[in-house]
Amino acid sequence: MAEYRLTTPLTDEDVTQLKAGDIVYLSGTLYTARDAAHKRLVDLIESGQELPFDLKGAVIYYVGPTPPKPGDVIGSAGPTTSYRMDSYAPILIEHGLKGMIGKGKRNDAVKEACKKYKAVYFGAVGGAGALLAKRIKEAEVIAYPELGPEAVRRIVVEDFPVVVVNDTYGNDLYEEGRKQWAKA
Amino acid sequence: MRTIAYEDIVKAVRDTIIYSTTHLSEDMYKALQEALEKEESLVSKAVLEQLLENAKIAASENKPLCQDTGLAIYFVKVGEDVKIEGGSLKDAIFEGTRKGYEEGYLRASTCDCFTRANLKDKVGYNLPPVIYFDIVPGDKLEIEFAAKGGGSENGSRARVLAPAQGKEGIKEFVKQVVSDAGPNVCPPIVVGVGIGGSFDMAAVMSKHALFRDVGTPNPDPELDAFEKEIQEELNKLGIGAMGMGGTQTVLAVHIETYQPGRMCHIASLPVSVNIQCHSSRHAHITI
Repeated sequence: MAEYRLTTPLTDEDVTQLKAGDIVYLSGTLYTARDAAHKRLVDLIESGQELPFDLKGAVIYYVGPTPPKPGDVIGSAGPTTSYRMDSYAPILIEHGLKGMIGKGKRNDAVKEACKKYKAVYFGAVGGAGALLAKRIKEAEVIAYPELGPEAVRRIVVEDFPVVVVNDTYGNDLYEEGRKQWAKA
Repeated sequence: MRTIAYEDIVKAVRDTIIYSTTHLSEDMYKALQEALEKEESLVSKAVLEQLLENAKIAASENKPLCQDTGLAIYFVKVGEDVKIEGGSLKDAIFEGTRKGYEEGYLRASTCDCFTRANLKDKVGYNLPPVIYFDIVPGDKLEIEFAAKGGGSENGSRARVLAPAQGKEGIKEFVKQVVSDAGPNVCPPIVVGVGIGGSFDMAAVMSKHALFRDVGTPNPDPELDAFEKEIQEELNKLGIGAMGMGGTQTVLAVHIETYQPGRMCHIASLPVSVNIQCHSSRHAHITI
């Protein structure tokens, strides 16, 4: 269980050194998107149009924050369950996405894409929305404001704590962790 | 007849929503502390430490514990000698919900099932809530509130077992549900189990079971022992905090049966499992 400090955008070298179970503190720019935004992003790729942000080396955070109080950068902002993005993630990975942050299991297609195109899936602590919001220093809506909490935001984070769940070698922390601690 | 003002209900509901979504209840905080003491896996320990830290930050900054501030769920007991003045009870709960969520900067998470469009403009901010009414003797109004997140709801299941499957069958079903849900439902979890009644009532009871404070025993000694037996089995699954592997997956199992008599139909054994994530936001109001 190694610890890393990485700054986005991520490179192949950044992600291939990571193994499932490693702790990573991410700094730099992340983009937020949930199912509704993912559908639109994939539609843009499939129709050959430009995306609202550059996917190369990008990290997407699956989050729908609460509204910020006056004076706050963002409201509570913990991860949402990732499987809802499974049908969209592989095509984004193929187009340069290097990291995803969420919680919960991914399907085989996502894990395969992580291996093939060198990307990682990070788990953040679900339900730690107040703590994680403190690591977010800037936030602005850059696309689909009509989606409310599901709009695409550009956020800037400092030492955002995540754990590598699926690495570029096909390892899965959920499966391995459970195997290690299960009692017959 | 005792008169309760509409506005008093609106205010009580509003204030309860804002407080309980930003302050982790004492029973849950204590349960997480105990899980941290017992947990053997380092990665799960780190998760539990973050959750306790999160609870402190949320309380000191009045910030929601979790960004999924849920659907508003209510179990309401209306005393037969209570009269509401100035509006209807249902309207008061709707208005208190809207005010609590909107004025508390909580998330509006209700949408149309098909278009998925948010209902905040069409119906109201995080409206409608889910309300179960009951009429009881007396002159009190009791409202139980929970902010129920979507992630743990998605891992919940109901089934009608054959009577011959009995307690073993119930245990196996609960185990299957928790095992399948794995990391997705934000463990460590509380598992609400509704047994008996009808197909629908089992589900309602499994939700109501989540309102019981963690650490309080089941009033039925046989079921209290059964709860502990199931919990022990579930913790052998190795899922751990946020599914990262560990020994502390389930903080408590809470069983409710249909009363009187732990009733069900002679042909059926309905069982429902409602999962509650570690961010269990529940509160009790008596007016």
